[in-house]
Amino acid sequence: MTRDEIHQAVVDILSDIVDDVDWASFGLEDNLKGKLESMDFLDVIMELRKLYGIEVPEADYGHFATMKGCIDYLEPHLASK
Amino acid sequence: MIFKILMGKEEHQRIVITGVGLTAPNGNNLQEFRANVLAGVSGVRDYDIRYFGPTYAGLCDFDALKHQKRKEVRTGTRAGSIACYCAGEALADAGLAVGRDVSPDRVGVFLGLTEHGNVETEEQIYEISQHEYKVSYWSHYHNPRTVANSPAGAVTVNLGVTGPHYCIGAACAAGNLGCVNGVQQLLLDEVDLALAGGVSESPRTFGIFAAFKAENSLAHDAASAATASRPFDAARNGIVISEGGAIFVLERLDHARSRGAKIYGEIVGYHYNSDATDMALPNAERQSQCMRRALARAGLKPQEVSLVNTHATGTVLGDAIECEAIREVFQDCPDTFINNTKGFIGHCMGAAGALELAANLPSFDDRLVHHCLNVQSLDERCQLPNLVLDSPKKVDNFEVILNNSFGMYGINCVLIVKKYHA
Repeated sequence: MTRDEIHQAVVDILSDIVDDVDWASFGLEDNLKGKLESMDFLDVIMELRKLYGIEVPEADYGHFATMKGCIDYLEPHLASK
Repeated sequence: MIFKILMGKEEHQRIVITGVGLTAPNGNNLQEFRANVLAGVSGVRDYDIRYFGPTYAGLCDFDALKHQKRKEVRTGTRAGSIACYCAGEALADAGLAVGRDVSPDRVGVFLGLTEHGNVETEEQIYEISQHEYKVSYWSHYHNPRTVANSPAGAVTVNLGVTGPHYCIGAACAAGNLGCVNGVQQLLLDEVDLALAGGVSESPRTFGIFAAFKAENSLAHDAASAATASRPFDAARNGIVISEGGAIFVLERLDHARSRGAKIYGEIVGYHYNSDATDMALPNAERQSQCMRRALARAGLKPQEVSLVNTHATGTVLGDAIECEAIREVFQDCPDTFINNTKGFIGHCMGAAGALELAANLPSFDDRLVHHCLNVQSLDERCQLPNLVLDSPKKVDNFEVILNNSFGMYGINCVLIVKKYHA
């Protein structure tokens, strides 16, 4: 997957979880925490597990603070997908 | 002055129903539900559920998004959605909004449940079975979805209610016992407004079907789904499992009158007791005792009851035992009529008592007693005087409903509602 495709994949996951935010136009550097409750964030982790088989250890949760952080973290995991 | 105080105290101690919100397999509000019951419309349909296969069930088609956000529906439970829908409809019917008309901390939510957590647990076990039983696929929503206060808690979050909430586990007597708890909390002055009743999500998992089948108590081999639920019929062969909910807005009379509320009826009596004999088989002696003690609390004689709405679920033994109990109490009551609502909707489990009470509340206005559906050949063990069969019956005077609800482990709950008179 390219970075654009990974971005779209994250947008799709977030849109299913929180449907009152326009995730497609959400700034790459904007903070996700203000838009996601704790259980929402666990939904993201679960969807990555189900859709792509990615296990995100708790120690790595900090990488998901922004959209760019998500893409950066996922890029090596999804490069071959 | 003393007279005024007594009158005031009396009004403070009288509990009235001022709003009704419901979803039944054949109606999503009281008007639709009542019209379909009077017209003989069944809400039971063919149903196929994972692991179990083809059967019958009563399912509801209410719009969950009318009172919940999409995210609430996704993260919550079916019982929670039913509860939020019914609570929202009940408040709208009463013309009330939490925060606008009543302080959020003076509202309580008291809901009866037959069971809770089966649907979520089975769903999650199925989910991990799709992933080689790795428990990392187990949902983080499992705990909030399965705690025993879950549906009532969902209502408090949905409406911003900050008063008390809890669920009452009382098997199939739970809908009535939810109402009783609402009455008691109002009489204790813990709340000014009670959202009380019962909900059921039971058809959403196979286990209840499989267990009733194993007990030889699940309806089967009917000519059609619409005729599968047939309490009192000689050919009845078990229960149709249904979902649904009914929540009432309950208030003290002085509170209701101060705002000019529409009053559906007054809860004048109740009683709840335990058979202490068997985990599944009912006990006629304890059932009749429950009816008599509810009448005593209401200060009524059996002859003053206009309608006994039976609990009968369509099992061979259960229906006959309830009829024996009713005969003992109402053997000499020429003006008391008897009916059953489950023929139309199946057994809505924790919602049954509250939904069936709702089905009959309009009788205070239209004086029509709805009939029993699907009794083609009345079982002689279920012969009761004034059992209303075939079509609704117009009666001259309609003043009092006695509503029976009985459940496993011999829990019995009888509720008595009287036509409101100032």
